[in-house]
Amino acid sequence: MESAMDFMGGFLLLAGASFLLFGGLGLLRMPDLYNRIQAGTKTTTLGTILVLAGAAFLHPEWGLKLLLIGLFLLFTNPLSSQVLARAAHRGGIEKTPETMVDKLAEDFPESIAKSTTSISSSSNKIGDKS
Amino acid sequence: MIDLMLLVTIFFAIAMIGAALVAIRVKQISIAMLAAGLVSLLASVMFLFFAAPDVAMTEAAIGSGLTTFLFFFVLGRVRGDQRD
Amino acid sequence: MAETFITFATILSGIAFLLALGRFLKGPSTVDRVIAFDVLTVISITFIVLSALIEERGIYLDVALVYALLSFLGVIAIARYLEGRF
Repeated sequence: MESAMDFMGGFLLLAGASFLLFGGLGLLRMPDLYNRIQAGTKTTTLGTILVLAGAAFLHPEWGLKLLLIGLFLLFTNPLSSQVLARAAHRGGIEKTPETMVDKLAEDFPESIAKSTTSISSSSNKIGDKS
Repeated sequence: MIDLMLLVTIFFAIAMIGAALVAIRVKQISIAMLAAGLVSLLASVMFLFFAAPDVAMTEAAIGSGLTTFLFFFVLGRVRGDQRD
Repeated sequence: MAETFITFATILSGIAFLLALGRFLKGPSTVDRVIAFDVLTVISITFIVLSALIEERGIYLDVALVYALLSFLGVIAIARYLEGRF
């Protein structure tokens, strides 16, 4: 019974670390900013929650604290990635040519036009390359 | 296990030197502030590896969270006057 | 047996940290670097949990709790600065 818990916890730790590795690989290899946001944040959220579950299997007495960390991650991480993607979209960062649909630009064309003028007037905000 | 922790600590120290070089070499001020926050984050994790969780918690709250927030808040206020 | 799993998980997380650090050094725009900073914070939470497993001290998890709360505030501040809404 004890070794079964150890094996399950170790397996969950390895699965979570593999998700983190694939997230880092996607963050380095994706062609576009929005694809990088997608690959970076979702994968690392799932990977970290799997690692927390594995730690809870290995040490059951830490369960409450690990559950609290997982809940905070689950609330805050998609929120921050969504806010960053909205800031990048308003800043007018170009998409990859393979992009088929852009529902946000269809829904709010006036906000895109207004924000691109403000970005172009202040040249060193988001859109510049370093 | 001791060897693994030593390797991870050396790895974090090298990453911290890289982030500090980015912070002093880059031209745009926002990226420099972001790199300074990264240096603080790595310093906090290294404090934890040296078995000082209270120092690591203070560094995480003040160095990595509050200082980055305050820098960007002030920079947004200062740049807001120049843009209009 | 659990120590072997923890060792391999630490090595895989270290490679993920290295890849995200490469995107931080390379990233063409500022938002790329902010995303890399966010990912590095989340991987640091994983490192803190793994070090708590290695040293077997549950007090280390409080630092991970502080990180899970505070990285969010920093990223929200950066996004509001990039939109020009302070």
